Amino acid sequence: MKSSRLFAWIALAIGATYFLVPLIGTFEFSLRMRRGEYSFDAYQSVFSDMQFRATFGYSMLMGLLTIVFGMLLVVPTAYWVRLRLPQIRPLIEFLTLLPLVIPAIVIVFGYLRLYNSSSFLPLTNSTNGTNLLLMFSYMTLSLPYMYRAVDTAMRSIDVATLTEAAESLGAKWPTILFRCIFPNVMSGVLSGAFITFAIVMGEFTMAALLNRPAFGPYLQFVGANKAYEPSALAIIAFAITWLSMGLLQIVSRFQKTAPVKA
Amino acid sequence: MSFLTLSNIQKSFGPTQVVKDFDMAIEKGEFVSFLGPSGCGKTTVLRMIAGFETPSGGTITIEDRSLADLKPNQRNIGMVFQAYALFPNMTVAENVAFGLKVAGKPKAEIDARVKEMLGLIKLDHLAGRYPYQMSGGQQQRVALARALAPKPQVLLLDEPLSALDAKIRVSLREEIRQIQQQLGITTVFVTHDQEEALSISDRIVVMNAGRADQIGTPADIYNRPATRFVAGFVGTLNLIKATVVDPAAHRVSIGDQGVTLREALDDAKPGDAISLALRPEAGSIAPDARGDTALVGTVTSSNFLGSVIRTRMDVGGSSISFDMFNSPGLTPPAAGETVTLRFTASDLLIIRD
Repeated sequence: MKSSRLFAWIALAIGATYFLVPLIGTFEFSLRMRRGEYSFDAYQSVFSDMQFRATFGYSMLMGLLTIVFGMLLVVPTAYWVRLRLPQIRPLIEFLTLLPLVIPAIVIVFGYLRLYNSSSFLPLTNSTNGTNLLLMFSYMTLSLPYMYRAVDTAMRSIDVATLTEAAESLGAKWPTILFRCIFPNVMSGVLSGAFITFAIVMGEFTMAALLNRPAFGPYLQFVGANKAYEPSALAIIAFAITWLSMGLLQIVSRFQKTAPVKA
Repeated sequence: MSFLTLSNIQKSFGPTQVVKDFDMAIEKGEFVSFLGPSGCGKTTVLRMIAGFETPSGGTITIEDRSLADLKPNQRNIGMVFQAYALFPNMTVAENVAFGLKVAGKPKAEIDARVKEMLGLIKLDHLAGRYPYQMSGGQQQRVALARALAPKPQVLLLDEPLSALDAKIRVSLREEIRQIQQQLGITTVFVTHDQEEALSISDRIVVMNAGRADQIGTPADIYNRPATRFVAGFVGTLNLIKATVVDPAAHRVSIGDQGVTLREALDDAKPGDAISLALRPEAGSIAPDARGDTALVGTVTSSNFLGSVIRTRMDVGGSSISFDMFNSPGLTPPAAGETVTLRFTASDLLIIRD
């Protein structure tokens, strides 16, 4: 018993070292911009860069839109699959896993072929059209996480009986979906939302090939041209991810629903 | 004129017919229980009344108005589910108010009705709690209040007590009956528990393999079971093999002992084999009581069941159980002892298949 605890601590220490040492190294390097002393000059330089603000704001907006439209697509889909079409669940699971298997570059080339200026739906003809296409790309990329998170949350409530209870009380579909089901799968929706946000903030391929001013391409640009700022940006990106995960934990802790019944 | 009428209801799932030729007329304010084993179609009938299943044939009407074209949310039928089905994101008060909000009632009216309903189920002090903060019995009472709040024309209860422990089940079923009588609401209750059905119903429908085997008052169902299935399913029953001796005189033999029945032996011929039923509580031990309504047998076992002692005896190859009320001075007959079981002619029923 004692030796197994010791091994557990050793494994934990090795794991922590593997993750923390490069992070500490990066952080330490990001503080070395001023010669001979530690400073936050690199961070100051990043935050005062107009391009940082523009790309960060753009990606934030895209992240929020992706979450909203992703939820509008995924929640009703997962609900209907659970309620009326459980037999097609394996197919939906397979489809939602495809973005993990197909490289982003293949997907974006597919989009460019389908939606270029000479196609039947020339989305790339305008800035807004391209923004829309980028948002749809992000929705596709986040689908495996979003669908699973929502589907798992739906598994923890009796969707069919809650729907019937609401129906017997006179409720129609929008009421059932948004007042009885949606709030009870909020933990899943938020989990999916935070993961989606983290994906959108760091995504490079789609934004670069669609030529949109997103945070991912900016990270790459800074990384290729500056010394200390990329390290500061890496730490900032980590902080955003951790913040998302922390919020996820808080939200799931304050869920008002009962523990899942076996 | 009946209030809720089910005429020739049929329901099939693929090639399997789960409800067959179901007919039933329920009066306004009546409490009717559908009783039967799992898979007999009782919940399917209930779900067809609620609108969650569509009948393959037949009609369901409330006050002569067909429900066929009405969706579940248009029927004004309240339903309580086995799994409570309270909305986990809403408090008790919000759950009860849900149906009224959906109907667009004014806030003052909703508040008053919620207060009234919570008073009815004696949970006004828990209005602000969430379902997960309550016991199963409390949750089911809230589910009842929620179903009753919009003043439905019919209340459907789908095995509402099955998930609760024995003590709560008894107290809640009495509470349900009391509330039903107080409000005078027409109620259909589905259960597989015969004691529940017998104790709170005006009438019981005993269902077997998709059909209503017998419809009657609890006393009718218990004392005069119409079929072998009803006799076997409701209460404990001795099924005794007998042979017709003299149909005109209602005489049959059990083993080598003759008994006289009250019921006529329609179309039976001497020598025909028939089945008779005798409730364990109908017989009692009487010394030296040989005659037309007594059977002599050998005791095979005696089991202590708390308030009663159930003794099993062998009579001409048939095993018959009878109950004796427990008392401190009672000595149950020992195995191997010969005893005489006395009953009245009307206790011995002819069972038809």
